[in-house]
Amino acid sequence: MKKKANFNGNNLLLVITIVLFVVMYAIGCIVYGSKGFSQFQSFLNILIGNAGLICVTCGMTCVMITGGIDISVGSLVGLDCMILAYGMEKLHWSAITAVIVVLIVGIVFGVVQGFLIGILGIQPFIITMAGLFFARGMCAVITTEMVNVANETFKKWATIKINLPFGGYVNRRGIYMAPYIRITVVIALIVVALTFILLKFTKFGRSLYAVGGNETSAKLMGLNVKMTKMKAYILSSFLCSIGGILFCMNSMTGSVAQAKGLEMEAIASAVIGGTLLTGGVGNVIGSLFGVLITGTIDALVQFNGKLLSSWSSIAVSVLLCFFIILQAIFALIKERNKA
Amino acid sequence: MENGVVLTMRGITKTFPGVKALGGVDFTLRKGEIHALMGENGAGKSTLIKVLTGVYDFENGEIHVEGIDSPIINHSTQEAQNRGISTVYQEVNLCPNLTVAENLFIGREPKKFGLIDWKTMNKKAQQIIDDLDIGIDVTVTLENYSVALQQMVAIARAVDMESKVLILDEPTSSLDDNEVEKLFGMMNRLKEQGVGIIFVTHFLEQVYAVCDRITVLRNGELVGEYPIAELPRVELVAKMMGKNFDDLASIKDADDTCIKDELIIDANGLSHKGKIKPFDLEIHKGEVIGLTGLLGSGRSELARAIYGADKAQTGTLKVNGKEVKINAPIDAMKLGMGFLPDDRKAEGVIADLSIRENIILALQAKRGVFKLIPRKEQERLAEKYIKEIQVKTASMETPISQLSGGNQQKVIIGRWLATNPDFLILDEPTRGIDIGTKTEIQKLVVKLAKEGKSVIFISSEIEEMIRTCDRMVVLRDGMKVGEISEDITQATIMKAIAGGDSNE
Repeated sequence: MKKKANFNGNNLLLVITIVLFVVMYAIGCIVYGSKGFSQFQSFLNILIGNAGLICVTCGMTCVMITGGIDISVGSLVGLDCMILAYGMEKLHWSAITAVIVVLIVGIVFGVVQGFLIGILGIQPFIITMAGLFFARGMCAVITTEMVNVANETFKKWATIKINLPFGGYVNRRGIYMAPYIRITVVIALIVVALTFILLKFTKFGRSLYAVGGNETSAKLMGLNVKMTKMKAYILSSFLCSIGGILFCMNSMTGSVAQAKGLEMEAIASAVIGGTLLTGGVGNVIGSLFGVLITGTIDALVQFNGKLLSSWSSIAVSVLLCFFIILQAIFALIKERNKA
Repeated sequence: MENGVVLTMRGITKTFPGVKALGGVDFTLRKGEIHALMGENGAGKSTLIKVLTGVYDFENGEIHVEGIDSPIINHSTQEAQNRGISTVYQEVNLCPNLTVAENLFIGREPKKFGLIDWKTMNKKAQQIIDDLDIGIDVTVTLENYSVALQQMVAIARAVDMESKVLILDEPTSSLDDNEVEKLFGMMNRLKEQGVGIIFVTHFLEQVYAVCDRITVLRNGELVGEYPIAELPRVELVAKMMGKNFDDLASIKDADDTCIKDELIIDANGLSHKGKIKPFDLEIHKGEVIGLTGLLGSGRSELARAIYGADKAQTGTLKVNGKEVKINAPIDAMKLGMGFLPDDRKAEGVIADLSIRENIILALQAKRGVFKLIPRKEQERLAEKYIKEIQVKTASMETPISQLSGGNQQKVIIGRWLATNPDFLILDEPTRGIDIGTKTEIQKLVVKLAKEGKSVIFISSEIEEMIRTCDRMVVLRDGMKVGEISEDITQATIMKAIAGGDSNE
């Protein structure tokens, strides 16, 4: 039997995503190098600014691999921030308590959504849309005011600078400026690493792919499809809540309108990172680069200074189309190779 | 439990809304035997298998498995697997986006420090694949391989589950002779190891080639269990159908040809890159053309090129003497062609629609979306074709997914007849359906030809083609290599397929 030519479009997509990021970043360095874009710290700032989104996108990727979607994440991040801010400032919880409450809220939220989608088999779009409205509504129920976080412990966590031993520079006054990251970045990268291991090296992770590839087959091969789906949504909401905490560390506030539309950024990042909306394909490394690409676009628009921030949305939309068309082309090539 | 018996099912009863699918069926499987489960479509074979593997529940009866004292009820395929009952289905039920190795090991991956050990998994998987002589790379995702190879992987998976009972549900439908041979070798090896194999198939030859025992079902009832030596073919067929078997040879009267001189199709140098090399083909009115060749020889591809399912890239096509350009199937439909694809699950049946809706689908497409066929007319058409092609159903509003495979196929044929085509392409219309329905479909083809319609008939069963076709077109490796119009016999066809210059 002849071995068929193996065209692995999925790996190629990942490579294209990474190359695109590098190219985009290189262009930024050339054009805005004088404004400091080429400094290592600018790159780290993209990570710092998007730490929360990275966590959310990891969860989104897992759900999308099963062929589902979770559009409740933006509102849930908003609710998380609100709970953190209100809890610490108005209810005088300790920072630890507030964080634990938020994580528990995330899990409970995920269990409810996961049960309805996984066990009862309701469309994920509808359920998570209900989740979206619910979480956003709950924000307003807690308070319609904007609450600033003044908790000392939480502030301390948020402002810890972790200096990196490399990549620094000497400024005009002759002082060595070490590049730094914040604790949020460390947590986000740990989340990426753990999700990567989960997806690649655990039975649950592979089940997500199997369910997304062919649900009937997965069931017939003896996998518990319902539980796998339910767990995916729990994982998504949980990672989303971690993301919410990181988000709050950046913004230090809780307000009704916070993180609106974040779910779409997460979906866009996952798709740019090579996750298929049809399920079965995707990985978090791609998603990480997806976030970095959208982050770089934002940074480029900021560095330009003259462009409206809406231009970054337009750039993201163009990229999305580009990647979806690429995916379609690769699917076609694959089909052709087979025949 | 008796000695040497691995599985008994006693008095199994299962009702679907309005239909009794199984009525007190008994089944016994012994160690190290290959046991054929035979019956027409709707006889209850699939239902029995699904009851056994936990896909369906059942109302009455007992299932016993060797080594377990009390009766078992499987609630899921996983549970059945844990009790040593594995199944390979007709449609490949694996995950195309995972690698071959994962498909073999999913749910029971080898682990190291609690994480999946890919290296060991790939090594073990390659071992299994090599042992079975399948010869593929296990680290490649499954979707890169043909359906036949995927089927082999599915069997490899079941084999490796250390099953006591292995159920093969129509596993050979998509395999070519060579692969079937390999599968039989595999089955015989397993048999020697003491595995009980339930073999569900429609190919009589295959039953007599490997099986030890036959259980026959009809209309959800047990007809009987027979050792293979005591049940000649004719009797088996008679038992399956519950009547004396139609003499198949009498379908076509040799002298009663209805071929007219007018050409309906005149293809000149049509081709589609990578699928079918340029070919010429003339088809007369009232003629039945058979396309024959090995799996993957370009049988379907030739038909698809004419129909525009794969747009022809070179050559010219004349329909009824006029040169035409077919860019898409809708053009072909408007010229009076109909095409029944070989993969009815993916390309033909719209499972959620009713029989009526499935029947009028092609006609509606031909008329355009804005000219809705009146409901009365729809019902008249549905009723006409349900009667004419004898679809077994409670009502025309039943979702097609509730019909058996053969009846679904009939509905799809009805869909094309409703468009009143002059030229019909039937790609494997009889695959996976029982012998009674096969005969009906063959008769239908001959009848259509008598009415002056032309048919391209594609089938893997040469006998069937000999019975129905006026002329055979032989294909090899994506190329039309010849035609046989006189002396169509198994021998001449085989010779043509093998090729004169072949060294084998």
